[in-house]
Amino acid sequence: MEVGQMQSRLADYTKSLFMEGILDAQFLQLQQLQDESNPDFVVEVVSLFFDDSEKLLNDIARALDQQCVDFKKIDAHVHQLKGSSSSVGAQRVKNACVAFRNFCEEQNAEESRRCLQQVKQEYYLVKNKLETLFTLEQQIVAAGGSVPMIELSF
Amino acid sequence: MSLLNVVGFGLKVGHLLLMLCYWIVSVISMNWFINSGIMDSKTGLLSNSGKMWLRCWEKISGNSCKIQHNYSQYFGSKSVPKEWWRKLLITWVFGWTIVSLWILWYMSSQATEKRKESLASMCDERARMLQDQFNVSMNHIQAMSIMISIFHHGKNPSAIDQRTFARYTERTAFERPLTSGVAYAVRVLHSEREQFEKQQGWTIKRMDTLEQNPVHEDDYAPEALEPSPIQEEYAPVIFAQDTISHVVSLDMLSGKEDRENVLSARASGKGVLTAPFRLLKTNRLGVILTFAVYKTDLPSNATPNERIQATDGYLGGVFDIESLVEKLLQQLASKQTILVNVYDTTNHPISMYGSNVLDDGLQHVSALNFGDPFRKHEMRCRFKQKPPWPWLAITTSIGILVIALLVGYIFHATVNRIAKVEDDCQKMTELKKQAEAADVAKSQFLATVSHEIRTPMNGVLGMLDMLMDTDLDVTQQDYVRTAQDSGKALVSLINEVLDQAKIESGRLELEAVQFDLRAILDDVLSLFSGKTPGKGVELAVYISDRVPEMLIGDAGRFRQIITNLMGNSIKFTEKGHIFVTVHLVEEVIGSIEVETESLSKSTLSGFPVADRQRSWEGFRTFSQEGSTCPLSSPSSDLINLIVSVEDTGVGIPIEAQSRVFTPFMQVGPSISRTHGGTGIGLSISKCLVGLMKGEIGFVSIPKIGSTFTFTAVFTNGSPHPNDYKNLPINNQSKSTSSEFQGMRALVVDPRPVRAKVSRYHIQRLGIRVEVVPDLNQGFANISSGNTVIDMVLVEQEVWDQESVKKSDSRIPPKLFLLANPIGSSRISDATPGDYTPPVIMKPLRASMLSASLQRAMGVGNKGNPRNGELPGFSLRNLLLGRKILIVDDNLVNLRVAAGALKKYGAEVVCADSGKKAISLLKPPHRFDACFMDIQMPEIDGFEATRRIRDMEHSFNNLIQHGEVSVEAPQNISNLHVPILAMTADVIQATHEQSLKCGMDGYVSKPFEAQQLYREVSLFFQSASNGNI
Repeated sequence: MEVGQMQSRLADYTKSLFMEGILDAQFLQLQQLQDESNPDFVVEVVSLFFDDSEKLLNDIARALDQQCVDFKKIDAHVHQLKGSSSSVGAQRVKNACVAFRNFCEEQNAEESRRCLQQVKQEYYLVKNKLETLFTLEQQIVAAGGSVPMIELSF
Repeated sequence: MSLLNVVGFGLKVGHLLLMLCYWIVSVISMNWFINSGIMDSKTGLLSNSGKMWLRCWEKISGNSCKIQHNYSQYFGSKSVPKEWWRKLLITWVFGWTIVSLWILWYMSSQATEKRKESLASMCDERARMLQDQFNVSMNHIQAMSIMISIFHHGKNPSAIDQRTFARYTERTAFERPLTSGVAYAVRVLHSEREQFEKQQGWTIKRMDTLEQNPVHEDDYAPEALEPSPIQEEYAPVIFAQDTISHVVSLDMLSGKEDRENVLSARASGKGVLTAPFRLLKTNRLGVILTFAVYKTDLPSNATPNERIQATDGYLGGVFDIESLVEKLLQQLASKQTILVNVYDTTNHPISMYGSNVLDDGLQHVSALNFGDPFRKHEMRCRFKQKPPWPWLAITTSIGILVIALLVGYIFHATVNRIAKVEDDCQKMTELKKQAEAADVAKSQFLATVSHEIRTPMNGVLGMLDMLMDTDLDVTQQDYVRTAQDSGKALVSLINEVLDQAKIESGRLELEAVQFDLRAILDDVLSLFSGKTPGKGVELAVYISDRVPEMLIGDAGRFRQIITNLMGNSIKFTEKGHIFVTVHLVEEVIGSIEVETESLSKSTLSGFPVADRQRSWEGFRTFSQEGSTCPLSSPSSDLINLIVSVEDTGVGIPIEAQSRVFTPFMQVGPSISRTHGGTGIGLSISKCLVGLMKGEIGFVSIPKIGSTFTFTAVFTNGSPHPNDYKNLPINNQSKSTSSEFQGMRALVVDPRPVRAKVSRYHIQRLGIRVEVVPDLNQGFANISSGNTVIDMVLVEQEVWDQESVKKSDSRIPPKLFLLANPIGSSRISDATPGDYTPPVIMKPLRASMLSASLQRAMGVGNKGNPRNGELPGFSLRNLLLGRKILIVDDNLVNLRVAAGALKKYGAEVVCADSGKKAISLLKPPHRFDACFMDIQMPEIDGFEATRRIRDMEHSFNNLIQHGEVSVEAPQNISNLHVPILAMTADVIQATHEQSLKCGMDGYVSKPFEAQQLYREVSLFFQSASNGNI
């Protein structure tokens, strides 16, 4: 595949992520923070986000399985997840977290479980998408091209 | 307040009534003192009680003082319980009831006393009269007895016989008004009886049978009487008055009453009375008075035996008491009012006169002395009528009681009123609390909502920022700037809602910063120029040359007022123009006559307008300055601006003009549907103008337009306050660009007002301007060649293709058209191939004008600095080489924040908990700043900051005492590392709490370049100045 083609594909793909609301402007800012002195910044942060989220989701799931659910603890976890997802610009995860926290406040275990599924679903979605994105970028780099900075044009 | 008034009034009335009571009481007690003087018998007691009264009086007046004192205490402390009042009230009513009863009793007893007295005097009078008359009769009878002793017994033969006696007594009856008859009985011993009977020619008859069987007068027959039985002695009647001639020959000793009478009379030698008895014949009550007739004159101290021996006979007078008393009473006045009874009370009371009425009412007894020591008589009098009701006493006491009750009622009502007012007050306080709570909730809501709107708006503005970074041409830049300004205007609209809340709570304060008035008006104009296309409304701004370039005041608020007024104008204007003028107040006053020419020709667009003059007619400043100081001294640093916004819109209906400045009021409900808006703009403007020590007013004529005018006071911000009079044009142009310096322009415009506006804007670029009314004259001017004209600006409506062609050969270097947005379409419709000069779109403003001229004339280059560069570049400046600690428990967030700060060249250290941050920031350390997440497990941001501040505090203390040598490079005596909170929610409360904990500011998460710059610049500015 030609580098130029790959580049435009990457651009289209990124654009679709924004259009679908999976990512928001924060991700762009994240990309802007990446420069020569810090070449793998985005990947580094996002993988940190994956690890962190994975751990948090496990913790939340475990806490929800308990006989008596400690909503305070869950709320703290969800807050963490919300913070990190907003930091990387994973908008839909963040929104799901906001809904989740409302049910935590109400101490509604049933809805909380549903929300956990929702968050998980969104998380895996964004994980998939981002992994694809990174693969694309790596391909471009491997082919000797440069990853274009995406301008917000919508 | 009105309640207090009512209470005060009640107190006054109460006091008045109290005084009235005192007066009445004093009158009564004085009356009593007078009476006490009259009643001798009770003087001692009364004077005592008088003193007591005096004491009482003192006490009461003392009490009244006390009551008033209590009132003041009551209002002062409110500590007196309600029960106390109730008790006082009951005591009051009870006490006055007793007082009034006492008065009733006292006054009625007075009346009774008086009545008794009058009865006594009447009774005594009657008794005395009766006694006198009786005595007169008695004396006469005694005289008669002496006559008999002389003429009957003293002479032999007797000079008196029955006939003589009867005649004499008949003729002297008037002397004895009380006697109905007199008779004389002679003493006859049994031995002399026969001789006596023979001599008289009748036998002595006994009387007792007659007494036992009383007969009627008609049947009376003396012959039928039994002769007297044999006795030791007899006392037969020999002489009798005609009225009682039937008693002749009766033996007086045989009658029981008569016998006692006769015996006691001769023993005592005085007149003796019988008990009352029924008289023979008449059957009326009567008494008989008996005198003894003695043979010889006896000495006054003769013994009864001697008297009995010496007795010759007995003279008796019959007193018909009943008729006599009646006769007597008839002679007296007021016989109707009293009843008189006369009793013989020797053994047991025997009624002698008067009906025997059983009445135990008031009666008076007077003793009667009829000269008989053995008999006692008395007169009893009583009133015929019952005593009348003591009306005076009753009315007085009832009056006093009523007054006391009224006063009591007033007290009661007052106390109740006070209680009610207190209750109401309590209720009000509760309601007030609720309202305040609601108000707090409202502002909370507003804050939340505005935050929600601001967040996406920040996104929009941020993107526009980024767009500005890209390579844009002049027009694009202008678009972007306008978009940005519009976005900012939207944010300011939200702020407006908050402002209204602030103004309502009086918390709005004005800033005092230096600003360029012309730039602000250009901004506003460009903001609105985007809203007018298609409407054909011409926007224009004119600022007088005498207004200084820089002013000190609240630029934002000033802009807000202008924006509000212009926004309104634009909403309601479909055609014509909107014209903003700024003058000095002195200027306007000075040229008042010049300005008044409001002919339709002289307006900006040719449409008629409302007379601007009239909009400031009511201004205070004008009337004051116009009279006292017509031109305020220019040396004063205060600049008094007058700003008018004139439009040719629909105008304000006359009936709605009065409530234009009321918040949330629009002309009608349909207006908000067609034009939108909250309706608070004008009310906010009015408040703001008031804060700027100015006034706002307007004049509006329906279907012609409105003109709003306001004044505002600013401080002169120009370096030479006195220079503004001949303000150098160079001064202004500095702000835009200087490449047009010294050029000359010709403006072709038939309307002087519009030409003035054009000239004002072109002059700002440093270009000298001439104005000519039409094209031909303009070309003539150019051709005359006196001056070099660099450019010609022609008003679109006078653009004439032909005339230009005619003078084609002498076309000046550059020709421009000044056109309205709506007019431009017409231009483009013009036949292609014709010569069309470049068009400069109105509204004119310095930046736009200079850009257009630049493009057309190729002068200079893109000199405008890119706005977006500023924060990023400056941030780098600020943060380069700084050592910054970032604290966040969220690793992802930590990484992102670190990355962002590293990008600006900062040296970043990360900490993932509050504990770590505290240990890292333990002084001395080398950190320049700290960004701290607030929500963290174990130790949150607030707590961590608090502990760090504590450590710094104790460390500073140590340094001050010289106990620790300072080897820190920033050799400062007061260590205070800037700590910024990182938070996702931007609620005011969080902000305030963070400041309370010793944080220096906050940045929202994720970082926004603008905000980061603003916060960081606050404390790195001074440091960088010192270090770099």
